[in-house]
Amino acid sequence: MASLKKLTIALAGNPNSGKTTTFNNITGTRQKVGNWPGVTVEKKEGHVRFGDYDLTVVDLPGTYSLTTFSIEEIVARNFILENKPDVVVDIIDSSNLERSLYLATQLRELDTQVLFVLNMADLAKDKGIVIDADMLSSLLEVPVIFTVGNRNEGTPDLLKNIISVAESGKGPPAERRVRYSQDIEKSIAVVRNLLQEHAGEGFPYNPRWTAIKLIEADEVVTQLVSKELGLNAAPILDETTRQRNKISNLFDDEPEILMTEQRYGFIAGIVREVVKRSSIKRVDVSRNIDLVLTNRVLGFPIFFFFIWAMFQLTFTLGAYPQTWIERGVELTSMGMTQILPSGLIQDLIVNGIIAGVGSVLIFLPNILILFFCIALFEDTGYMARAAFLMDKVMHLVGLHGKSFIPMLMGFGCNVPAIMAARTLENEKDRILTILINPFMSCSARLPVYVLLAGAFFAEKAGTVIFSIYLLGIVLAIVMGRIFRNTLLKGSVAPFVMELPPYRVPMAKSLMIHMWDRSKLFLKKMGGVILVGSIIIWALSTFPQNETLVRQHEIEKRQVQTTFAVRKPNASQQAINVRMMEQDKALAALDRKYLAMAKEESYLGGIGKFFAPVFAPIGIDWKGGVALFTGFVAKEIVISTMGVLHVTRDDSKKGLAEALKQSGMTPLSAFSMMAFILLYVPCLATVSAIRQETNSWKWTAFSIGYSTTLAWVVAFVIFQGGHLLGLG
Amino acid sequence: MLLSEMNQGQEAVIAKVGGAGAFRRRLLEMGFLRGATLRVEKYAPLKDPLEVTLNGCHVSLRVEEAAHIVMEDA
Repeated sequence: MASLKKLTIALAGNPNSGKTTTFNNITGTRQKVGNWPGVTVEKKEGHVRFGDYDLTVVDLPGTYSLTTFSIEEIVARNFILENKPDVVVDIIDSSNLERSLYLATQLRELDTQVLFVLNMADLAKDKGIVIDADMLSSLLEVPVIFTVGNRNEGTPDLLKNIISVAESGKGPPAERRVRYSQDIEKSIAVVRNLLQEHAGEGFPYNPRWTAIKLIEADEVVTQLVSKELGLNAAPILDETTRQRNKISNLFDDEPEILMTEQRYGFIAGIVREVVKRSSIKRVDVSRNIDLVLTNRVLGFPIFFFFIWAMFQLTFTLGAYPQTWIERGVELTSMGMTQILPSGLIQDLIVNGIIAGVGSVLIFLPNILILFFCIALFEDTGYMARAAFLMDKVMHLVGLHGKSFIPMLMGFGCNVPAIMAARTLENEKDRILTILINPFMSCSARLPVYVLLAGAFFAEKAGTVIFSIYLLGIVLAIVMGRIFRNTLLKGSVAPFVMELPPYRVPMAKSLMIHMWDRSKLFLKKMGGVILVGSIIIWALSTFPQNETLVRQHEIEKRQVQTTFAVRKPNASQQAINVRMMEQDKALAALDRKYLAMAKEESYLGGIGKFFAPVFAPIGIDWKGGVALFTGFVAKEIVISTMGVLHVTRDDSKKGLAEALKQSGMTPLSAFSMMAFILLYVPCLATVSAIRQETNSWKWTAFSIGYSTTLAWVVAFVIFQGGHLLGLG
Repeated sequence: MLLSEMNQGQEAVIAKVGGAGAFRRRLLEMGFLRGATLRVEKYAPLKDPLEVTLNGCHVSLRVEEAAHIVMEDA
């Protein structure tokens, strides 16, 4: 078979233009989600075979423009400039032609092959807008085709056109590009000529486009020119400043503003030619839905109901598959115990690796459901309404309405929540959201609260756990305000946000959304957790105390000898009972020695060393060790405490009893819960913070301030409670 | 009259978009142009932000931001 021809296709378009749906339609499930190099914007790439072609399809971030207003725009523009895709497909929202064409005119200014896709023409028709695609195509001299993304109509046609554009091998003719007013065109020509004079043939970017961007005072392009031309750049940049001043003086406004208006003027001319608006004004369905969903009275109750429903689904429904996975992990570790000879290797695999990885795997159902709900909110368009409703509240904390989403997701898991903070355009907003996000108590901390509250507060456990969640929210608000007024001083990013029309979500797109994000989460956590659990395992296993091991063997043999003595005529039933008693005695012995071994281990040493730090907040050295292991994953706190407190049996009930006997009081349990809420988040979250802030400094700060705050709050609770005579 | 002073359901034409560079440009790029007709759809339940319709598309912005947009009667 002949080798396939390789083509690279980039998808561009406004947010909510149906770009991602089109991407899913083209690539199906064969896609890869990652990050754009150096930044924290999600990159989606997919492959598709069509005829003799192997297409690599890249989904550029959704943008309104190609300036340098946000990271997304810079990423999209750089990809087109540097990677030079064979075809750029611009997805145009037919019901919003003017704004979509604004991006299209910017794409036209770059030297690239473009294909326009009029998406959702059916919706436009409902709004009384009919677009003459042939006219649009001939006016712009760019091929234009129709698709209906959410019904997957027109995809083969789109692929066919992509190929023919790629094969035609010529860009759109220059004269069809936007013409600015005479004075601006003159300035563009001056800068352009100077650029060509100094740069010659080797200059990698389109000279007209570069001149336009220089006059718009585009920082990135200005830097590019300086880098490419070195010393030769100075006269060009000087001339640019002169031309900018000239235009500003002439029109009493900045050139970039004038040029934006003129592009819209050019677009208005096109729209007049190609659009027929029927006089019948149809009902705006979205407006009617919003009459209820963002209603002054009903808006908040409905919003809180949705959030409540999401949590119910995530945690109640998720609990079923969770027990199945739990059982599966148990069976695997039992199987491994039988297959492998007992010893260090078996211990590493069963208690280090399987236990560690299992503790992450168990959250998969919660994560899947949570991401499904979030995808549902996003795909229907409700997410933007949530931000609309919550902006005032979030603004009080110094945050943007959009940060409500990551904060909310934090209750599920801080890792995806911190990853979701990348939707915030302003870096200060993003860092602030990331810094206070771990105070949103994640689901991994819940089992620890359930254990402690269940053991010490009985029927009031629910209220106590709720108060812990509330404490987290209040502290997030307080810390948010403090940071906003100190470290992250500055204005909150503008809240200019589109409220997209409501849409019926597509099952396929929901599934892809859900799976992609879960995969990212699992991959990330899998690796980090694996290494972390092995380290914690090693710390809690070494150094091995030989005498202790020998002592254990001796006592084991003693037990076996005792039980080996049997009555001469014992019935089979009596023998079985005896065997069970022996197993029980052996298990109790194992637990006793395990606890002793842990106490002797490095980890036990660390716990004891730090005991004076934990004492004033009502936590003993065993609790301290448990908190250290909780750095891998919060729920490990339980299993560590289970090991250290020699329990009657393996059940949670046994541990609860052991804790009560250990001298813990309701007050110290509450103090410990508060500490667990606030102290350093788990390893996976820390690595997410590192990745998203792209700074070790912020990561270290996050760890330091949260742990300090945890100690102070726990101290106030424990000592204050004592003074009030609460325990 | 400023956009932030308009009532729910009121319609007017944009006379001038003010404010700092990046914010102003973002508004222009989203179609907040001189001469465009705006309708105040509603204020959020907590009176901030507000929702406007512009060319049939719904956009939300904060009251303090809307105070940078000067409106005039159609």
